[in-house]
Amino acid sequence: MGANRCRDPIIVVEDLYINFYTYAGIVKAIDGVSFCIERGETYCLVGETGCGKSVTSRALTRLILPPGKIERGRILYYPEPGKVVDIMKLSEEELRMIRGDEITYIFQDPGTALDPLYTIGYQISETMLVHGYINRIKEGISKAIQLLKETLIPDSEQRAKSYPHELSGGMKQRAVIATSLANRPKLIIADEPTTALDATVQAQIMELLRNLKKQRGLTILLITHNMGLVAEMCDRVGVMYAGQLVEEAPTEELFQNPLHPYTRALLRAVPNPLKKIEKLESIPGTVPNLIYPPPGCRFHPRCAHVMDTCRRQKPMFIRVGDKHYVSCWLYSRR
Amino acid sequence: MAGVVTEHVQGADKGYDEAVREAWRFLPGEKPLVVLYRLKKYFPVKGLIRVKGWVRAVDNVTLLIPEGKTLGLVGESGSGKTTIGRLVLRLIEPTSGSVFFMGRNIFKLRGRDLRWFRRNAQMVFQDPYGSLNPRMTVYDIINEALRTHKIDVGDPKEYIIKLLYEVGLNETHLYRYPHEFSGGQRQRIAIARVLALQPKFIVLDEPTSALDVSVQAQILNMLKDLQRRYNLTYLFISHDLGVVRYMSDYIAVMYVGKIVEIGPAEEVFEKPFHPYTKMLLASIPVPDPEYVKKKPPIRVVGEPPSPVNPPPGCRFHPRCPYASEKCKREEPSLVEVEHGHWVACWHPLN
Ligand SMILES: Nc1ncnc2c1ncn2[C@@H]1O[C@H](COP(=O)(O)OP(=O)(O)OP(=O)(O)O)[C@@H](O)[C@H]1O
Ligand SMILES: Nc1ncnc2c1ncn2[C@@H]1O[C@H](COP(=O)(O)OP(=O)(O)OP(=O)(O)O)[C@@H](O)[C@H]1O
Ligand code: SF4
Ligand SMILES: [Mg+2]
Ligand SMILES: [Mg+2]
Repeated sequence: MGANRCRDPIIVVEDLYINFYTYAGIVKAIDGVSFCIERGETYCLVGETGCGKSVTSRALTRLILPPGKIERGRILYYPEPGKVVDIMKLSEEELRMIRGDEITYIFQDPGTALDPLYTIGYQISETMLVHGYINRIKEGISKAIQLLKETLIPDSEQRAKSYPHELSGGMKQRAVIATSLANRPKLIIADEPTTALDATVQAQIMELLRNLKKQRGLTILLITHNMGLVAEMCDRVGVMYAGQLVEEAPTEELFQNPLHPYTRALLRAVPNPLKKIEKLESIPGTVPNLIYPPPGCRFHPRCAHVMDTCRRQKPMFIRVGDKHYVSCWLYSRR
Repeated sequence: MAGVVTEHVQGADKGYDEAVREAWRFLPGEKPLVVLYRLKKYFPVKGLIRVKGWVRAVDNVTLLIPEGKTLGLVGESGSGKTTIGRLVLRLIEPTSGSVFFMGRNIFKLRGRDLRWFRRNAQMVFQDPYGSLNPRMTVYDIINEALRTHKIDVGDPKEYIIKLLYEVGLNETHLYRYPHEFSGGQRQRIAIARVLALQPKFIVLDEPTSALDVSVQAQILNMLKDLQRRYNLTYLFISHDLGVVRYMSDYIAVMYVGKIVEIGPAEEVFEKPFHPYTKMLLASIPVPDPEYVKKKPPIRVVGEPPSPVNPPPGCRFHPRCPYASEKCKREEPSLVEVEHGHWVACWHPLN
């Protein structure tokens, strides 16, 4: 499907379909998503609640639990250039060795990522133990302290001995980031890592991620619904709507020249705090129910430019410019 | 001043003149609807046996909420925004200080007067689901509000349908239950219920934080439209500064229980005087890559302190790049730095 649009990808996803089998019906959560992440870049997935950002990111290490099921698609992981691992073919055990080591996750709520019963130092050390980098918890403590320093936690020696509840939300998230760095991370998947935090603390965490990426040469997949964070953090952006990738472009290009009607509307619906806005534009209607997704383009019931074809046929994801792709009939030759 | 007061309010309560005189300084030229005067709310921190200390959630706040306008209240988590919202609706009693609504001290109101106040001052919460009874239809939810407040509207069904249209719903939604609606629609229902009482004053506490941006824009535009048509007064609470700027005529910035800056929305955003306001504004990610490239790097230091033992002097001093010895010892009070723009800081910017 031409999903490999990258020169030196670390991840390639091709034609991914994921369903959730619920009592109410089959939720067609991910509907043919393809993208790749360039080694060393920060790639953003942006979109509104339920559009499939988290599910997509979890699928990268097949972290989809029942009632969810990856129906089809290819997920390729390139730990280094030229070396490829087919994620769909790995055993659970092999996946566990990658998860938490080379590919790590940072989730929205740092509270759930940390075990309340163990000290921060213990937990960081344990991650190293699980992946065989050390033989005893004690060996990892000094590395843990160093990681806490690296994530700018004050009094890191003391903090290594603290329990999660003794830390503020921002400090907890730093500790989670420290944990994610414990082994040999190549790709960090940060799923709304600052949504639960205050603005000033969010700015600090983002600064930290930016610096870590630079110093350690990491690749970041950032998931967010905040267009501001996209602008500040990302090299390239994928916009998702109702389980589909509707547009992808380098960040500046996306803001300057958004093409998909949804992307355009989304950008105009976000109040920019630095500008006086007379009237915000809103998108009529609401996101569709994915048990009965609209046929054709899933955005068509809310689209101001809807045409007949849109209601019947799903538009292809086509190239419209340098690294700029869009899935909309307005730009397709029929 | 007393003469001016009675122009707006018949039979103001004791203490109103003094309160309005102080609060009016901040928003001259506006007509006061709600006046907060030296308002404090301390919550006890309970130890095993005794009270260990006090959360100074709201600490000596004097403020005016102007009629027909929107006052935006911003500040980080725990700064006391919701507590102020609950105090001005008398959902909780203050530790000390007073709140006047159209000249009446709301904490002294009884009987008929209290019912008058309850009907006129309403709240819309962040989570519309939590505030709507899941076992009642939309019709019942709104009708119950009418009955509770003993409001006679003639034919309730006709009245409620009209309200639904007002908030972008219609008669087909009348006999549905809350779970059958999306988050945005539920917020519309919550707003319809509030409008049913024809209030003068509405506290909006993060009304769109749980909603998607596309839906948020719908609700914000609707709120603005309703305000214009019914001359509503809003206290708009949010930590999303973009949303607050869009909605507000005036902004009050809170930091650990105190108002540190207040002024016309455009002034506060364009030219913040308080180092905290500046830090807060610089922390917001801006949806504009061109701007991001030029943006000077910001230094955000530390995290908000605990309101149990707030730092002495200026509460912001441990995080402030401009803090002097004086800041550590003496608490600054609000002073006017430009016409109608007030700041509590020993070393205001600009
Ligand atoms: N365990 C589950 N059972 C049923 N449906 C699910 C489950 N997990 C996810 N889904 C569905 O999959 C779709 C995508 O969900 P996902 O969590 O990826 O959204 P998201 O983009 O991350 O949204 P948010 O911004 O709210 O985090 C949604 O429609 C959701 O209802
Ligand atoms: N009922 C209560 N008992 C004890 N402490 C309380 C109570 N209600 C609020 N507090 C405390 O008062 C302070 C102010 O809380 P408040 O809810 O007003 O903050 P806020 O500015 O609305 O924050 P947020 O942005 O998180 O909603 C916090 O430290 C909070 O923990
Ligand atoms: S009073 Fe001092 S510490 Fe407080 S904000 Fe102003 S300069 Fe900073
Ligand atoms: Mg998610
Ligand atoms: Mg609150």
